[in-house]
Amino acid sequence: MTPQGHDARPAALADAHQSTRDGALLRGVQACRDFVKQVLIIAWIETRKIKRDPTELVTRAIQPILWLCIFGVVMNRARAIPTGSLSYLDFMVPGILSQSVLFIAIFYGIALIWERDLGLLHKFLVSPAYRGALVTGKAISAGLRAMSQAIIVSLLGLLMGAHLNFSPVAIMGMLLFIVLGAAIFSTFSLVIACIVKTRERFMGIGQVLTMPLFFASNAIYPLSLMPAWLKLVARINPLTYQVDALRTLMIRGGQSSMGISLDLGVELLVLIGLIMLGSWMYPKAIR
Amino acid sequence: MNPLETTPDKARPVVAEAIRTEGLARSFGDLLAVDHLDLSIPTGSIFGLLGPNGAGKTTTIKMLTTLLEPTSGHATVAGFDVQRQPREVRRAIGYVPQLLSVDGTLTGRENLIVFARLYSVPRQERIRRIEQALEMIGLTDAADTLVKRYSGGMIRRLEIAQAILHRPTVLFLDEPTVGLDPVARRAVWDHVKELQTSFGATILLTTHYMEEAEMLCDQVAIMHQGKVVALGSPDQLKSEADEAETLDDAFVFFAGSSIDTGGTYRDTARTRRTARRLG
Repeated sequence: MTPQGHDARPAALADAHQSTRDGALLRGVQACRDFVKQVLIIAWIETRKIKRDPTELVTRAIQPILWLCIFGVVMNRARAIPTGSLSYLDFMVPGILSQSVLFIAIFYGIALIWERDLGLLHKFLVSPAYRGALVTGKAISAGLRAMSQAIIVSLLGLLMGAHLNFSPVAIMGMLLFIVLGAAIFSTFSLVIACIVKTRERFMGIGQVLTMPLFFASNAIYPLSLMPAWLKLVARINPLTYQVDALRTLMIRGGQSSMGISLDLGVELLVLIGLIMLGSWMYPKAIR
Repeated sequence: MNPLETTPDKARPVVAEAIRTEGLARSFGDLLAVDHLDLSIPTGSIFGLLGPNGAGKTTTIKMLTTLLEPTSGHATVAGFDVQRQPREVRRAIGYVPQLLSVDGTLTGRENLIVFARLYSVPRQERIRRIEQALEMIGLTDAADTLVKRYSGGMIRRLEIAQAILHRPTVLFLDEPTVGLDPVARRAVWDHVKELQTSFGATILLTTHYMEEAEMLCDQVAIMHQGKVVALGSPDQLKSEADEAETLDDAFVFFAGSSIDTGGTYRDTARTRRTARRLG
């Protein structure tokens, strides 16, 4: 039954008020259901693409392997970075995982430019789907793509002797934070794509952004080593909260320096803000 | 449950004019791309916007499909105001853009599924309509092939199928046959005619092929530099233009230039690119 049908029903004067309130509630529930369905269908497209062309998942594994096997091994031996009760390897595995999720997500916006140039974007924007649902769907898609990194980096860490935590709760939590992190940086990327509009400029900006985001975080050294100004930058970098959460969840004996609920809260707020911004920018991308 | 309720289509107002614009205008900086357009397109007809690249056809379509805000003026589509009721407009229309609008990395069927779901066509109805659409456009056998292996003609037909899954009352086709060979072009024409007769859809199409306009359109508006310079049935236009033999001649009469001139570097690049990927 449609909400309109409900509204059209002749109602006695006494429950007319009640009836419009029900109508509004029904429309609200329907709108939420439509939103979720639209998000899922956009994410479904991504699952088909990953299934058909998994080569990217393999090539994406190379960078974390280099970081762990070369940088990680050397620094582990040098013991130059104080990492408290954790070995440097244990400290580093969640950081490298966060980094490779960041690298996947930050270039995700290029797909938007691609779709815009083809004309697919026009077609999506002419559909009655919520703009927010289209943007959220893309964010979840990036999250699905990033999950492969969790498997690759965890396996590698395990082979190298990191003390990983395999409790189901920890694994679920880790996956949640990976999807959240990928969603944040891919939506950030989408916003940039809406602004710059060409592939060349986008690639340039993507390159410029990744390294500062990575180095101004606690991914490969603790915040305590940083000078005050850098510490401040790291504190407003969402990657820091992501690394902190993954370090707590993935590593046996890992301790959060910020509190996992703060990590989750910050990530959710940033994501919601970015999705709202993205939904507003998205229709402007075609101009 | 009432069998009619198997379609998700909310009650749509029955209007005599599927599209109406009053002083519709859009400028980009100093350029007035669409210059105070007044159109009235009766429900159930096929209407052609004719003109060279850069005449303002695509900008007009973008405003009518809610992709672009008008700078001034008003427009209603299927009885809804494009600025105040964009969601209602979007539910009521189908759109085949000039550019590519299907995903090459999905199969034909998957492309249809995505849009049927974005338009909330209920499951049972969805399966039925997708099969029906595939059959109508002759892609049943190729339904599970990746679209990147399709020919240009197949892609266009799939795009048309995709645009009608939610049974739009108004359909916008932007240069539907650009870059297609004569056989594929004819197939697209047949489908457009069929949409008018079997769904009673109102169709607005843009073209710069005179033959196409003569073949399909009940009414034609010749656009030049953002303005409508002539309006009428193809036959009317020909007789008004000093008994012109063809619409081409009529165009030269009304616009003062041949249809092949006009258009910017960007338009030309775009048309060539479209032609290349469809060809």
